[in-house]
Amino acid sequence: MSEEKKVIVELDENPEYIINMGPQHPSTHGVLRFEVSLQGETVKYLIPHCGYIHRGIEKMCESLTYPQIIHLTDRLDYLSAHMNNEAVSLCVEKALDIEVPERVKYIRSILSELNRIASHQLWWCAFGMDLGGLTCFFYGLRDREKILDIFEESCGSRLLHSFVVPGGLMHDVHPNFKQSIRDFIKYFRKKLPEYDTLLTGNVIFQNRTRDLGIMSKETAISYGITGPSARASGFACDIRKVEPYSAYPYIDFKEILYTEGDTFHRYKARMDEMWESMVILEKLLDKMPDGNDYTAKMKPVIKLPEGEYFQRVETARGELGVYIVSDGNKTPYRLKLRTPNFSNLFVMNKLTAGYKIADLVAISGSLDLVIPDIDR
Amino acid sequence: MGYQKYDLAPLTHSIDQYLYSHLSSTWAFLAEMTLIGVVFLIFYAVIGLYLVLAERKVCAFMQNRIGPNRVGWYGVLQTIADLFKLLLKELITIRKADKLLFNIAPFIVIIASFLGIAAIPFAMGLHAIDFNIGIFYIMAVSSVGVVGILIAGWSSNNKYSLIGAMRSGAQIVSYELSVGLSLLVIVIYSGTLQLSTLVESQADGWWIIKGHIPAILAFFVFVTAGTAETNRGPFDLAEAESELTAGFHTEYSGIKFAFFFLAEYMNMFLVASVAATVFLGGWMPLHIPGLEGFNNAMDFIPPIVWYFGKTAFVIFLMMWIKWTFPRLRIDQLLNLEWKYLLPINLVNIVVVALIVLMGWYIK
Repeated sequence: MSEEKKVIVELDENPEYIINMGPQHPSTHGVLRFEVSLQGETVKYLIPHCGYIHRGIEKMCESLTYPQIIHLTDRLDYLSAHMNNEAVSLCVEKALDIEVPERVKYIRSILSELNRIASHQLWWCAFGMDLGGLTCFFYGLRDREKILDIFEESCGSRLLHSFVVPGGLMHDVHPNFKQSIRDFIKYFRKKLPEYDTLLTGNVIFQNRTRDLGIMSKETAISYGITGPSARASGFACDIRKVEPYSAYPYIDFKEILYTEGDTFHRYKARMDEMWESMVILEKLLDKMPDGNDYTAKMKPVIKLPEGEYFQRVETARGELGVYIVSDGNKTPYRLKLRTPNFSNLFVMNKLTAGYKIADLVAISGSLDLVIPDIDR
Repeated sequence: MGYQKYDLAPLTHSIDQYLYSHLSSTWAFLAEMTLIGVVFLIFYAVIGLYLVLAERKVCAFMQNRIGPNRVGWYGVLQTIADLFKLLLKELITIRKADKLLFNIAPFIVIIASFLGIAAIPFAMGLHAIDFNIGIFYIMAVSSVGVVGILIAGWSSNNKYSLIGAMRSGAQIVSYELSVGLSLLVIVIYSGTLQLSTLVESQADGWWIIKGHIPAILAFFVFVTAGTAETNRGPFDLAEAESELTAGFHTEYSGIKFAFFFLAEYMNMFLVASVAATVFLGGWMPLHIPGLEGFNNAMDFIPPIVWYFGKTAFVIFLMMWIKWTFPRLRIDQLLNLEWKYLLPINLVNIVVVALIVLMGWYIK
């Protein structure tokens, strides 16, 4: 009896108001759970709990051949399916020392940039929704539909393409490929300013995001943040620049860098990346060679020589690293994925402590988390 | 004046006399009460349902969508179908909820909005109760609703609901001030709290025109504060979907949820009605002194059309705001009220008092 009383007293002296945001919550965008301790509306600390959508992709890969692995990588960050496919394909090609045709390199980069725009559009929709601007969702999806149509035309699939395979592409792109992308760029150049009119310039939006959740460059580096979230803090980590792959070495483009590191500039970095991606697309389309070769000569059964291989690419959310250990068989001995969202997630506690619940939602939205990519 | 040919007072008086001549005074009184109650209930349900439909259509229009168009012609029966769905749903009462309060809360919310509607003059002579303190009465009963919201949040025994209710309490108590003070501007101009007299006083021009800058300012403050008081976006912090899932009504299902939902729309209608009545002349047609032909032409439009037209305009304004703006944060919300709207209002009232004393407004 006396013990029971003591517990009650302790609770009264040290009140903890803990709410579980998730695993089913509209603003975690998936099955992620934040254990949030509150004082009134202010966040005291936050513990992310992940693992609700763990499917054991890395382990599954150990019993699958390399072309089969491609289909699993789609399911990591489902909004960056092309980049994920490309990462594994590049790693396998590196191991086999295969040079893919020029045209394939261009198509891969073009698809990656399209995928980046589509991903940022969906992020914009969701970010607007997180802040309560419900109309954003439909504006973003309206334009994303145009990209998905291009994907459907050329890859046969809208979300999980599995189009990039070791050695090249699954099949050749649609004859309309170039024209439909040019049409899209023309269309989206007109529509993107609408995004700014609706959300960026809004005084409520500016007040809600400016000077919020400031991430210093040191924090970004020490937590391993990559992608637009890190570039908004001034950390130049664009793999397309640092370690160019596919067709990126052939063209010149700008890396979006800001030094403020607050939520607004994380937002701004992504918006500017959409503009920059369109410039990249145009340059790539201009230089893309004609022809119809879509794959290098590959053996029917791909066996990687014994050894360790690593390749990284820039997905829409940051650096995706693929590490393959091969023992000479047709399946990898071990495959490790360094996914961007896993690193980006754990800075949440540092950024949100001391802010309100509404800010928590804004900050987690600005980090652009995709939950299946965290859990693998 | 020409609009008097649409006066509905003879009609209501004849019903009144008919009842009193055929029944004893007690029964006639009861019969009148029942009649008014039934009419208001039907009116309430129809307006509530069609406001939901209007919102869905307006928001679809803002978002490049079509909106409901399957049930009935252009989806006109959609919300009625939704109502039947909600009626047939299970009423879930969670185990550790405070049962009494949990069940009372939706009724408090809906009764508060119901009471407010009763004092609105819909057309000339179409007026259930004409208090000499009409504006004061509407403000008093409409602020009872927050008690229901607080009870709902508290009794649900849900942490999200509690935060929602807490926010809603802080918000409504704050914005009540701005609503009251902005209405006071027109009360000072017209010198009356009675809604029928207030409407009559706008026969030679609406107050938003006659009262020039202070009245325009008060109108915008009223619409802003009114939107906040009805918990609508961008001030929908109490139910902030992306933060608190659904706020204070998270645990409610079926028709109890529908009560909250309906009350929200009726509160919006009430705020729009008050804005239309006080600032835009209520059922009074647009009159410009000196232009007889124009005034006569305006008088041909029945007052009830004027009333609903003006209310619909204010409602559209509120929907437009909701579907365009992102949500405010709780501290920004309170800052907006205490640091901006309230001082603006206080200064406004002093200015109005001066204007009225000096007689600088259009009489």
